[in-house]
Amino acid sequence: MADSIPAVRHERARAPVQVRLFGDRIFNTATFILALSILALLFGLAVALIADSFPAIRAFGLHFFISADWDPVNEQYGALPFIYGTFVSSFIALALAVPLSLGVALCLSEMAPDWLSHRLGFLVDLLAAIPSVVYGLWAVFVMGPWIRDHVEPPLAHWFGWLPLFQGPKVAVGMLSAGIILAIMIIPYISSVCTDVFRVVPHTQREAALALGATKWEMVKTAVIPYGMTGVIGAIILGLGRALGETIAVAMVIGNSAQISASLFKPAATLASVIANEFAEATSDLYVAALIELGLVLLILGIVLNVVARALVLVVQQRRYRETGK
Amino acid sequence: MGDGRGGESAKVAMAEKLVVKNLNAYFHKNRALHDVSLSFEQDRIAAIIGPSGCGKSTLVRCLNRMHEVVPGATATGEVLLDGNNIYADGVDPVQVRRRIGMVFQKPTPFPTMSIEDNVAAGLTLNGVQISHAERHEVIERSLRQAALWEEVKDRLRRPGGSLSGGQQQRLCVARALAVQPEVLLMDEPCSALDPISTARIEELLLELKSAYTIVIVTHNMQQAARCSDMTAFMYTGDLVEYGETKQIFTNPTRRETEDYITGRFG
Ligand SMILES: Nc1ncnc2c1ncn2[C@@H]1O[C@H](COP(=O)(O)OP(=O)(O)OP(=O)(O)O)[C@@H](O)[C@H]1O
Ligand SMILES: [Mg+2]
Repeated sequence: MADSIPAVRHERARAPVQVRLFGDRIFNTATFILALSILALLFGLAVALIADSFPAIRAFGLHFFISADWDPVNEQYGALPFIYGTFVSSFIALALAVPLSLGVALCLSEMAPDWLSHRLGFLVDLLAAIPSVVYGLWAVFVMGPWIRDHVEPPLAHWFGWLPLFQGPKVAVGMLSAGIILAIMIIPYISSVCTDVFRVVPHTQREAALALGATKWEMVKTAVIPYGMTGVIGAIILGLGRALGETIAVAMVIGNSAQISASLFKPAATLASVIANEFAEATSDLYVAALIELGLVLLILGIVLNVVARALVLVVQQRRYRETGK
Repeated sequence: MGDGRGGESAKVAMAEKLVVKNLNAYFHKNRALHDVSLSFEQDRIAAIIGPSGCGKSTLVRCLNRMHEVVPGATATGEVLLDGNNIYADGVDPVQVRRRIGMVFQKPTPFPTMSIEDNVAAGLTLNGVQISHAERHEVIERSLRQAALWEEVKDRLRRPGGSLSGGQQQRLCVARALAVQPEVLLMDEPCSALDPISTARIEELLLELKSAYTIVIVTHNMQQAARCSDMTAFMYTGDLVEYGETKQIFTNPTRRETEDYITGRFG
């Protein structure tokens, strides 16, 4: 035992301990500074937004968040229609995109043979690289009219008793915005989920199969539970994209500061109204109100990320619920 | 319980439960098994021994059609379960695996699933309809048989991944037992276990012998000698010798077998 140790202890093999510790310290300090600079950036952004939106904050206070009245002509500004529009369009997008993306991801990771899976996966990734303005153009000229002619009539026919699907059928509106958002976030969610499912160990799948699981049962028992935290992360990523997406939404949502139960009606989101109205904002108060909308969007993004973290923690904790005993 | 077992096959004194005929197994072009033929008998324990990489795992995985799950892996030949070829056209591997249970070489619990759900996973998958009390009974019995009950009875709702490696392996044994398969394949079930758990598993094998056909892969000569009735010795993909355990260990007919058992190679 004792004489086997010197064999590996070459004097010149490593720098003296002090030098190595010094290197460690440089590394630690450098990473710490970089981490701090991110915080500083975020802080600076928030401060700038608050400062620039101060006229609006002083004029409307908390009323800004509960007022549905957005009337630049009379200098009345309320954020509620945009908060509502942001949530509803993102919710539609998630409701459509999550099941579809999971389907795509499972198809790529479980069903398709390797050579096909990687080619299709590449195509999906390619979809994520298309600029949003291109999606927007396509939505305006192709998807919107198609939804008006082929999606909204059956929805109104079968589900017209719901306030959601009442009113005139138009190409631009909340539904169109939700659908284009869904299409835009599917590549993100499915790409991350595919990677998540691909790293589920083969032994997990075999364990399920050896118990007499069919392919779908194997996915249900072994693959999805194993990747659950990753799937949640992917969904949050998609939601983050949907909340902040600007151009494509601005092109198809109809830009109307109203809260309507009908999904066929035009609406607006925080991001889309900023993009649409910033250039024509003439008064200082108007500009400040728009900047305050940006502040709301930033806060929404932060809250969302915190909630997402909490959700992942809850999922993990649920597995260890009884640990305390 | 007992509904998962083929009623007639358990009673009929058909000696040969599982017959392997000219089995060849491939990983892409590489042949891992060469024309293996042998038979496993009802109510007996067969041990498979041989040096690392000789094809023991491959052989047992062919017995419940798990071999083909590996991409590029194929097998030719016949494996007769109660006289029916499980490799015949139209045989659903899912049905085969429900009758032939398996414990893998490495522990494979479902890490996020609770311990009790892990044990009952096979029941859930097979759609067995049982009351809550029955379910709990099965869980407790299986965990007791696998010598794990005492350690986990207070934390059945904790995740399977929270157990130690050896505990995980016993959890997998319990999971395989819960569905009461007709044949039980165990690929080195004791390699991660301490001597006490190993002894408990060996006791279990002897208990189960009267109701199951058991095939166990082991690197432990004493274990093979202690608890098996038949022993197969494999070497580089060939079945070198197969016979009564006593005969293999005291009077092997082949030189390679003797060398391996006496520790001259391997
Ligand atoms: N997934 C795989 N892909 C390709 N070749 C494989 C694979 N698994 C096993 N083999 C090959 O098949 C042969 C038999 O392997 P097998 O796992 O059956 O050995 P074993 O007897 O179980 O060994 P051990 O005692 O180490 O578990 C080996 O030569 C191995 O290299
Ligand atoms: Mg092996």
